[in-house]
Formats: sequence, C-alpha cells, structure tokens
Amino acid sequence: MPSTIDIEPLAEDAWLVRFGDTIDPDINARVHAAAQQLRERMPEIECVPAYASLLVRFDATRWRGDEDALSPQHQYDTLRSMLANIVTTTDASREVVIPVWYGGEAGPDLSVVAGHTRLTPDEVISRHCAVTYRVAMLGFAPGFPYLLGLDPALAMPRRADPRLSVPAGSVAIGGNQTGIYPQALPGGWQLIGRTPSKLFDLHAVSPSLLLPGDRVRFHAIGQDAYEKLMEERG
Amino acid sequence: MSVLVIKPGLLTSVQDGGRAGYAGLGVGRAGAMDWPAWRLANALVGNAGDEAALEFTLLGPTLRFEQNAVIALTGADIDAHVDHHRIPTWTCCALPAGSVLRLGGMRHGCRGYLAVRGGWATPVVLGSRSTDLHARIGPFDGRSLQANDQLAIGASDACAWLRPADATHVLPWGLDPQPWLDYHNGPLALMRGHHFDALDAASQHAVFNTTYTISKDSNRTASRLDHASLSLQQPLELISEATLPGTLQLPPSGQPILLQSEAPVTGGYPRIGQLAAVDLARLAQRRPGDTVCFRETTLDESLQRLAQRQERLQRLLRHIAQRQSEE
Repeated sequence: MPSTIDIEPLAEDAWLVRFGDTIDPDINARVHAAAQQLRERMPEIECVPAYASLLVRFDATRWRGDEDALSPQHQYDTLRSMLANIVTTTDASREVVIPVWYGGEAGPDLSVVAGHTRLTPDEVISRHCAVTYRVAMLGFAPGFPYLLGLDPALAMPRRADPRLSVPAGSVAIGGNQTGIYPQALPGGWQLIGRTPSKLFDLHAVSPSLLLPGDRVRFHAIGQDAYEKLMEERG
Repeated sequence: MSVLVIKPGLLTSVQDGGRAGYAGLGVGRAGAMDWPAWRLANALVGNAGDEAALEFTLLGPTLRFEQNAVIALTGADIDAHVDHHRIPTWTCCALPAGSVLRLGGMRHGCRGYLAVRGGWATPVVLGSRSTDLHARIGPFDGRSLQANDQLAIGASDACAWLRPADATHVLPWGLDPQPWLDYHNGPLALMRGHHFDALDAASQHAVFNTTYTISKDSNRTASRLDHASLSLQQPLELISEATLPGTLQLPPSGQPILLQSEAPVTGGYPRIGQLAAVDLARLAQRRPGDTVCFRETTLDESLQRLAQRQERLQRLLRHIAQRQSEE
C-alpha cells in the first residue's frame, strides 16, 4: 500500500480513508480491494466505496469509553494496521454483460453524441461496447453505477437542461463517465440507449445487479431483442 | 382490524431506526430524524425499541383506530385530541376501538412521533420499515401517508399497566420532555470538515459567527441554510465521496446545506463541517424560519456528549421499564 493513504474521522462513527484525489482505475481498484478485505475481517462495519475513498462506519452507540475496543484510537489503529496489509490481488471481480438497445426512442441523444464526437452513431455504439468498464461506485440513487473506462473519444458534456424524468434502464454518458439509470429519475446525462436488465430489485436477495468493483461490458441488441427480454422479465 | 388515515397531516411517514448496511449499493439509512424521541415513544408503550413509529411534521395526522390500541406521542409539543378530549404527550394512553386521534399543529419543534404497542406492522424492506421518500423505498412504496391508507398494528402481549377500556385511559405518569426536546435556539456543535481550510478567511470566520435561517426548501434530506454566502479561496474540482447525516456541504451557490436523515450516500460538494451526532435531534426540531448558529467542537467532545446521552437514555429506558413492571 502506498504511504499516501489518509485516514480522517468523518463523524463520531465514521472514518474516511482516502487513497488519492483523482478518478483513476488503479486507485479505484485499491478502494475495492480494501473494502473487500475490511468487510471480511470486520463484518459489522459498513463500507461505502467511492472513486478514490472508502467510508468505514462503526456503531458509535456501542462505544463506552477510551479503553473500549470501539474507542476512536482503537478503531484508527485497527484500520491503519489492516490497510497496511491490503494487496490488490489479481482481478477476481465478476463480469456482468448488459444488453443495450442503442439509439431510436431508447437513446434519443445518440445522434447528439455522434455529432459532438464527430463519429457516426454506429461508431459510438461500437466504441461504447468495445471496452470493459469498472463499477467505481454506486450512488445518486439505489443501484446507480458510476462506470470507469469510457473511451475518451465519447466524452460528452451533460445536457444544459436536465430531463425531469429519464426512463428506467437508460444508458447514458455524462462527461467522461457512463452509467445506467436504475429507475425513472431526473437526470442530465446524454441518453444513448436502454437496457432490459433490472438494475435494482428491492425484493431480490442481492438487490443491486451491479456491485462496486464489478467489471461491466455492454452488448448491443435490437429493439426486438429488447422487447423480448422485457417480456421475459415480466 | 387496523388504523385508517383520515387526514395525513403535512408530511407523515413510517420510520424506525434506519436502514443500515446498504449504503454501498446507493441506499441511505433514512429513519427517525429525532432518534431519542422515536426511541422513547417506543419505550412508553413497552416496545423493545426498534419498532416503527409514525413521524409527522409541523401538522399531525388524524387517524381512526379500528381496534384497541396503546399509544404514545413524543417529540414536538403538539395538540392531541381523542374524540374531542385533549390527551397529553410523553406518556402512554389506551384507546378503545373506534377512537379518532386528531393531531393538530405544533407549538414548538418540527417533528413528532406516534408509537403504538406492537409497532406499526408495515412490510420490512431491506431490513427496515423506514420510509426513504427520496429513493422511494419502504412502506407505501416509499411515499408519505395519504388519506385512506390503512396501517396494521403488530402483535403484542396485553399491556399489563394500561388496558384499553370503554374510554380513553391515560397513564398517571409521563416523561419530562426535557432535555430530550430542546426549544432553545442555542448553537449546534460543528466539527471542521475536510475542506474547511479551503474557505476564504472571511468565510472561515463566518461559519461560526453567522445566524442562519432554515430555508423553507428544507426536507428530510437536508436543511438549507439561508442568510449566508460562504466562498472558497478558489474553486475546487472534487470527485464524489461518501456523505453522512450531519455533513455540512457548500454548493457553488454559497448557501450551505446541512444533510439530514435521508442524506444521499455520496456527494461531490466541498465538505466544510460535520454536525455533532447528538445535535442531529436538535436540528430535526428546528422548523423552516428558525435560526441556526454553530459553535466549534472537536471529535473528542462530540464522542463524550454522545456517550453521555446514550448513558442518560439507557438510564431512562431502565426507569420506564421498571415503572411499567410495578404498575
């Protein structure tokens, strides 16, 4: 672990571990490795991974005094020693393939993105499908993945006038990131397609299809396949 | 057999201690904003503690009980009537089936709690009965109560110290709302945040020397603070990181935002402070138009105050349980 790691108390029951201050795949991989290993050793804590930082939350109401194992000094020492031994091992993360119907009514901004990037709509689609992304973090709304790895040629400013409601499943580009709206939400990202995959299901054992650290690939499908998959989903 | 919502009040929702463990999936905790008031309402009806209560805001709901029930009201000082008879708050009341409970406006404070013996038996979603109005998760698909909603009451043993009779029956003792309900607009304790030093000198001074007003745009997600314009020495390009209830953020408008119970799990605004956890309940009782000012605190002092409050609360909970066993 590089020595740049910084542990800061955020609140009485929470520490923020900073691994850097940029959006960088290597830094983000360290965040996920740390989250996984801390969870294994301390199942009672809550971890919130972000691009370059990790929130670690204890239960402060159980703390009784300075000598307690939950005292801040003890928590800090425990975190410090565990983080010193974190290794970013070979990538054992899952890969999830997301089928996407690009363009048309599913992706009303595809032509705008094509115009801005001086690519044809088909080139935008093939570049969007060509890379493997990483779920940097989930936030904004339950199950909303912030994906790292967008082809820089596809970077595109957000809309000046955000939509009041973006349809569930919309696949979108915002700046140099891409993401998927799990449910109908207001949003300013450019919509290039829509997936029939259910991103967030409250009643599933694992409610979020994607987890922080997962690898993601997009696979282009046509409107017919989209509708068939939506039917099967029920 | 259930309870019928006749009028929902201004903003009434089912809340428990919150939805822990899903922040990594983008799901916040939500939960009762005035935690001790929620906990004490449950204790007064003899619940174990983590049952859901109704949280209402500024103007309470009107409910018809189709079954006998044992209830308690805590939190803000509210007008409460059962079939035109006034009932007290911070105590326990037995209501016969058919009673109509009318909760009016609040004389002080902003949020009240209605606990029922057995708890409100709404479905558990991701480990909690709390309503997350922002993410639309929880009872009633994550919305606040509406007229004609039906609420079920969970099973419980008969209440040994207060049995529903033909008329409303009030326990002869109750709790002093003090110190749990703080009417005074005294300063709230704030720790410096990671980006405090990035404020310009005048703004660093202003954080602890300004009387802010809680904006009417405030809700369970955040209190927006009017009458302030704080600025950074230079714009910061930040990437999103975790936020918590109590985080004081500074968006580009210069008007600080103090996150509350439904805080989003991540955010990208500069983090200029963190409210002491014990003062979240005091903040929850300030209404739009009320003032807020901050004094500087340290993590050590905040932890001491939290431990003291927990100890005092545990003592009171033991005391309540003992009185109940003696009745």
